[in-house]
Amino acid sequence: MSRPREGARVPAPLLVPAALGVAFLVLPLVGLLVRAPWSSVGEQLAAPGVGQALRLSLVSATLATLLSLVLGVPLAWVLARSRMRGRSLLRALVTVPLVLPPVVGGVALFLVLGRQGIVGSWLDDAFGITIPFTTTAVVIAETFVAMPFLVVSVEGALRAADTRFEDVAATLGADRWTTFRRVTLPLVAPGVAAGAVLCWARALGEFGATITFAGNFPGTTQTMPLAVYLALQREPEAAIVLSLVLLAVSLATLLLLRDRWLGRAVP
Amino acid sequence: MTLEASVAVRRGSLDLAVDLAVADGEVLAVLGPNGAGKSTLLRVLAGLLPPDGGRVAVDGTPWDDDGVHLPAHRRSLGMVFQDALLFPHLSVADNVGFGLRTRGVGRADRRAAADAWLGRVGLEGLGDRRPAELSGGQAQRAALARALVGAPALLLLDEPLSALDARTRLAVRAELRRHLGDFAGSTVLVTHDPVDAMALADRVVVVEDGRVVQTGTPDEVNRRPRTDYVARLAGLSLLAGTGQGRTVRLDGGGEVAVAEEAAGPVFAAVRPESVALYLSRPDGSPRNVWPARLVGATPHGATVRCELAGEVPLVADVTATAFAELGLVPGAEVWATVKASEVAVYRR
Amino acid sequence: MRTRPLLALLAAGVLLAGCGGEGDAPAGEEEILTDPSGDAGLAGTLTVFAAASLTDVFTEVGDRLEQENPGLEVQLNVAGSAALAAQLEQGAPADVFAPADEAQMARVVDAGLATGPELFASNRLMLALPLDNPAGIEQPEQAGIPGIADLLVRDVTLAVCAPEVPCGAAAAEVLDRAGLSDVPDTYEDDVRAVLTKVLLGEVDAGLVYRTDVQTAGNDVVALAFREAEAARNRYPVAVLEEAPNREAAQAFVDLVLSDEGRQLVADAGFFEP
Repeated sequence: MSRPREGARVPAPLLVPAALGVAFLVLPLVGLLVRAPWSSVGEQLAAPGVGQALRLSLVSATLATLLSLVLGVPLAWVLARSRMRGRSLLRALVTVPLVLPPVVGGVALFLVLGRQGIVGSWLDDAFGITIPFTTTAVVIAETFVAMPFLVVSVEGALRAADTRFEDVAATLGADRWTTFRRVTLPLVAPGVAAGAVLCWARALGEFGATITFAGNFPGTTQTMPLAVYLALQREPEAAIVLSLVLLAVSLATLLLLRDRWLGRAVP
Repeated sequence: MTLEASVAVRRGSLDLAVDLAVADGEVLAVLGPNGAGKSTLLRVLAGLLPPDGGRVAVDGTPWDDDGVHLPAHRRSLGMVFQDALLFPHLSVADNVGFGLRTRGVGRADRRAAADAWLGRVGLEGLGDRRPAELSGGQAQRAALARALVGAPALLLLDEPLSALDARTRLAVRAELRRHLGDFAGSTVLVTHDPVDAMALADRVVVVEDGRVVQTGTPDEVNRRPRTDYVARLAGLSLLAGTGQGRTVRLDGGGEVAVAEEAAGPVFAAVRPESVALYLSRPDGSPRNVWPARLVGATPHGATVRCELAGEVPLVADVTATAFAELGLVPGAEVWATVKASEVAVYRR
Repeated sequence: MRTRPLLALLAAGVLLAGCGGEGDAPAGEEEILTDPSGDAGLAGTLTVFAAASLTDVFTEVGDRLEQENPGLEVQLNVAGSAALAAQLEQGAPADVFAPADEAQMARVVDAGLATGPELFASNRLMLALPLDNPAGIEQPEQAGIPGIADLLVRDVTLAVCAPEVPCGAAAAEVLDRAGLSDVPDTYEDDVRAVLTKVLLGEVDAGLVYRTDVQTAGNDVVALAFREAEAARNRYPVAVLEEAPNREAAQAFVDLVLSDEGRQLVADAGFFEP
C-alpha cells in the first residue's frame, strides 16, 4: 500500500506559520539545553531523590496508562457504538478533565476519594483504606487527567473503523465479545496505541492534580514534575537538569515504541 | 436446508415486504435496482438486522418470528460481501479458519480445513499471506472459502462480483458457479447485474421499491420482463398495450402487429437486434414500420445500441458498419421496422 | 456545616485558576492620611512582588497609597517567595520586594538586585486541625504553651510545606527541634495547599502560619506550640535597585514601616519582627 511518494511541496502560505510553529515548540527545549549546567549534571543526577522520583514517575504513569486502557477502551466503545440516549452528554462529561484545571481536578478527587469523600469515607470505614498521600493516589490523579486523551483517540479510531468487519465476524459465528476481541480491537490497535502514548505522556507530566490529591512525599508521591517544581523554588539549575532527564526518558520511550509499532504496522 | 422467509422492514423511505422460499441446493437471485431494499433483505436473513415483521425459518426452525430473533452469530450461515472484507490483521488462512475458531475447532484442524478450502478456490500456498497481498479476485475467492468452510445451511452473497474488474469478474463468476453447484444448502444472491443472475441462479426474484415485481427462472425473466427495469436489464423494449387479434394497441399510442392472437392487457417485448433502421420508409413485407428519432447511441462491441424516441419508443442494435453507412447522428430522423414474428406477446 | 469550607475551597480553586492579585477597595472608608514625604503626589505604576501571605495586608497598604496619590496605580504580584525571587533573578521588572523569609531576600540582595532590606513583621507556625478533629489532637492538661511533641502524641496524618519554601523551612526547623522529622505525610508546595488539606479534612493536622489561621476564621481549629517562636520567619521589605518607579517604591516601603503600616500588619495577625 505505502509507496514512496514524491515529496509533497509545502504551499508557501503554510510554510512560514509551520516554521514559526516548530520554532515556538522547539526553542524552549533548546533554551533548556543551552542553560543546563552541564558541568554539574553528574552531581545533580546523583542526588538521592532524583532516581526515586524518576522511578516513581515511570511506574505511576505506566500504571495510569494500564488503568486507562482497562477502563477507557470499553468507554470509548460505548461512546462510539452504543445507541443509548445521553451519549453526547456522556462524551462531554468524559472530556471535562481536559479543560478542568488539574488542581481543581485534585480537589474534586478529594471530594470523592478523600477520607471525607463520598466513596473514600466508606472505604475508610469499611476497610480502613485511605487513598490520599499514597502512590495509589498518584496513579488515580494521573488516570483522571490522562484517560480522556486515550478515550478520545480510541473513540475516533472506532468511528473510523469499518463496522462491516464486525458484521462479517457475526456471520462467522462470533458473538459480540469475541468480535470485539478478535476483530474490533486489532482493527483499532493503532488508535489504541496512539491514545496510550498520549495518555502515558500526559500522565508522566502530570502535576496539578497529583500534588493536590496525592501530596508530595519523596518515594511515595513525589513524581518528577513535583520534584522539578520544588527544585525551581530553590535551585533553578537543578530543575533544568531534572527536566532534561524527564525529557530524555520520555523521548527515548516514545521513539522506541514508535519504531516497534511502525515495524509491525508496515508489512 | 430450505429457507422460508417473509420479511417486512420499514426504515425511513424504505418499505420492504418480500416473501421468499429457497430449496436445498437452490440458488435464488434477488435482482433489483439500487435502493430497492435487496441488501436490507440480506441483512435480515443474516440476522444483522431484526425485521419489523414477518418470519425467517430454515428447515422449519424459526430464526425470526414473533418474539424470536436468533442473532447472526447463532445462525448457520456464510456471507460474502461486495468487498471481500478479509480481516486485515489476520493471515489468509486465519481468515478462512475464523468461523471454525469461533466454533471451537483446534488450531491444527482449522489450518487443515483452511488449506483444503484455499486449494478448492485456487489459492494453494497463499494461506500465510496477508490479505493486502492478494489481488481483488483472490481476496473474493478467499472470502468465499471463509463463508463456506463451516458448511452453513444458508449462503448469502451480497453483490459478490461487482467490485471486481470485468476480466476478474468473469473468472470468479465461473468459479462461484462451480462452488454453488456443489453447495448443499440454500443460496440467496443479491445483485443488480442480470448477467450474474442468469449465470448463477436457478430462480430470480425481481425486487423494486421493496416489493417483488416478478419471479421466475432466469430465462423466463429475461424473455418476458414485466417491468421497464427488468426489460432494460434484459436489453428489451417493453411495450404495454391491449391485445385485439393480431394487433396490440399500445397504452402510449400506436399499435404493434404480432404473430399470435392476443387479447386483453398484454406486454409486447422487442429485442434490439430485431429492430432494423432505414433512412427512408422501406417498402415490402415488415408490418411494423414507425418513424423515430435517434436520441442516443452507445457502442457495444461490434454493434451500436441506438435509443429511439417516437410514438413507439424502442432500442435497436445495428452493426457498427451499418451505423456508419447510414451516417447516423443523434437527432437523425429514421424509420424503424420489426417483423411481427419477432415480437413476444404475453399477458400482463 | 461540613459543606461550607468545601465550597469556599472550590471557590478558592477557581480564583486560583484566575489569579487574584487585585484587592478590593475598602468599603467607602475615608481616612485622613498624612503624606509621609510631603510631596505633591506620586504617579505611574508601582509593582510590588510580595509573598502570598502578605496578600491582604499589602492590598490594604496599596489602597491607602493610591488614595493619597490619585495618579498612582499599585500592582501587587503575589506568589511563593522563592518563585518571586527566581522571577527577579530572571529580570522581572518590579519596584518593591517583600518575601516571607530572609533567605529569599538574601538571594536577591546577593544578586545585587536590592540593598538595605528592613524587617517589618514575623509569622509563626500553628498546628491547624479540621473542625471535627479526626485524630483527636488535644491540648495537654499542663499549664503553658505545649511542645509540638505533646500535641502529636499519636500517629497522625500531617501536612507541612516543602523545605524549599519559607513555611517549609520553618516547619522543618520545628520538627527537627522536636525530633519529629519523620512525621509529615506530604510536603506541599505552599502554605495555602496545607490549609486546603486541613479544611478538606484530608489530613489530621497541618503546620500553617498564624495569619492563615486568621484568614480561615472559624473553619479550622489552631493550636500554638513552643517551637514556633524559635522557628519564626521574618518578613523583609526592600526597594529594588532597578525599580522603574523608585519614588513610589520608597513611599510604599515607608508606609509599611510607619506606625500606620505596622498597625495594619498587626491587625492581619503578624507579629513584630
